[in-house]
Amino acid sequence: MSSSAQGAVSITPGAGIRPAQRAPASGSGRDERAARARRLGVRSVALGYLALLLLAPVAMIFYRTFEHGLAPVWSAVTAPNAQHSFWLSLEVVAIAVPLNTVFGVGMALLLERGRFRGKGLLGVLIDLPFAISPVVVGLALVLVYGKTGWFGDWLATNGIQVIFSVPGMVLATAVVSLPFVARETIPVLRELGTDSEQAAETLGASAWQAFWRVTLPGIRWGVVYGVVLTTARALGEFGAVSIVSGRIEGQTQTLPLYVQDRFENFDSTGAYTAAVVLALLALATLLAMNLLTRHTRKRTAA
Amino acid sequence: MPARGGGALGKGLLGIYLTALVLLPIAALLTKASSGGTSAFWREITSPEALAAIKLTLAASAIVVVLNAIFGTIIAWVLVRDEFPGKRIVNSLIDLPFALPTIVAGLVLLSLYGKGSPVGINVAFTRAAVGLALLFVTLPFVVRSVQPVLLELDQSMEEAAASLGARPATVLRRIVLPSLVPAIVSGVALSFARALGEFGSLVLITGNLPFKTEVGSVYIFGQIQNDSLPTAAAVSVALLFVALVVLGLLSFISQRQSRHVL
Repeated sequence: MSSSAQGAVSITPGAGIRPAQRAPASGSGRDERAARARRLGVRSVALGYLALLLLAPVAMIFYRTFEHGLAPVWSAVTAPNAQHSFWLSLEVVAIAVPLNTVFGVGMALLLERGRFRGKGLLGVLIDLPFAISPVVVGLALVLVYGKTGWFGDWLATNGIQVIFSVPGMVLATAVVSLPFVARETIPVLRELGTDSEQAAETLGASAWQAFWRVTLPGIRWGVVYGVVLTTARALGEFGAVSIVSGRIEGQTQTLPLYVQDRFENFDSTGAYTAAVVLALLALATLLAMNLLTRHTRKRTAA
Repeated sequence: MPARGGGALGKGLLGIYLTALVLLPIAALLTKASSGGTSAFWREITSPEALAAIKLTLAASAIVVVLNAIFGTIIAWVLVRDEFPGKRIVNSLIDLPFALPTIVAGLVLLSLYGKGSPVGINVAFTRAAVGLALLFVTLPFVVRSVQPVLLELDQSMEEAAASLGARPATVLRRIVLPSLVPAIVSGVALSFARALGEFGSLVLITGNLPFKTEVGSVYIFGQIQNDSLPTAAAVSVALLFVALVVLGLLSFISQRQSRHVL
């Protein structure tokens, strides 16, 4: 989400801003003590809220997973259906993310550099997946590509199965993670400006050369950040994929669907283990986001 | 010419991609929802179960965004104005709900606040669970929209007010909050839209009990499983409509407010 990225980019811990200090002339000891007490109070409210809502539950899932030792975790990880769902998730991500990367950069260029009618509409279309429930995305795809959908007959006569198979899952994943790359690339593109591109073209570079040699290197960190967000979302998508996949065990079950399946079949170790794998991937995503924002900060600071 | 907004081929491919992924599905959804005419549409979204689900979704989302506005602003404040060891880590953890798959979010909450809870709190299958899950998944929105604004805020105004004798509460109410309102409102809008459509984190923890813990998206899911696609489409369109109206309205308010402040 662009708001999250903005926040993450611009937040430098201790970036020269210190808690408000009262002017010593008017500040009696009592005032200062009151200010400190207030600050501690506000801090405990914020950290307490985060601990109860976020930290404790996430820590708990790790505890629950490993409370009976490593043996059950190992057998849960190596269960054939767990393995299958893990690789299927990776497969879907490996198709959907590159598609969204290429088209996301294209959409960003079009929105930021292009001049045409209906640009506002394009912007709305790109952002729409953020306003739609994943379940509704799944339903809408079924209505187009499903057996009774708009293209159902045509797809059936040509022997193409979209819904209840991998193509549909890729479609659903691509829709829900559509906006990230474009949204992260647009601000970088705006900041980059068109001067160096025009200079390159004046010096005889073709438009393609200007894009590969000037524009793309300039926006790459924005694109990479978008790709990280897209991957995280794609890997964890549940609602839309749940509808279009049919949740066929060992066939169209991605890792998030496997978590639900195990939980509902009272195999809590299986569910917790798969969830911990996904949680570790999420933490890796956070780490990547952090490293990337530090990188962009260094670049802009230099 | 990619640098100028893509060649004809690129534009064409992009058009096909967006049509296949967004335009056609939305068109199909609207067609299905309106296939029986207005009266049928109305009947679908006012059936007792659908209405209960929609009402619960709206009420839970409204409560959750109010809490988000309060706690999100406090957290953003602490992350910008306060100093304490580990602040960096806390700051990066804020994004965890965005990075964590929704089904994992539900399971995570269930492991601490569900059956066999080590702290003796069991909200599973209650309406409190709906609120808890929504609070979890929408946590970052307000924090991340308020944080940059707070960082840019000039503190000399606050210091001036304080040295003129304004009490801290007055400084907060008259100087800080007015500048933050547009950011809070836009964070609230995003939270609300997200809460309206949330599904994955609710599946395990709410039990999906009709008339009790069943929210709109879960109701839609059930209708799809029963092959009642027109019903599912009608409720989908109703929820989508509310989300778009709220997003539009709040972006209007936040724009007006920021113009007012400047």
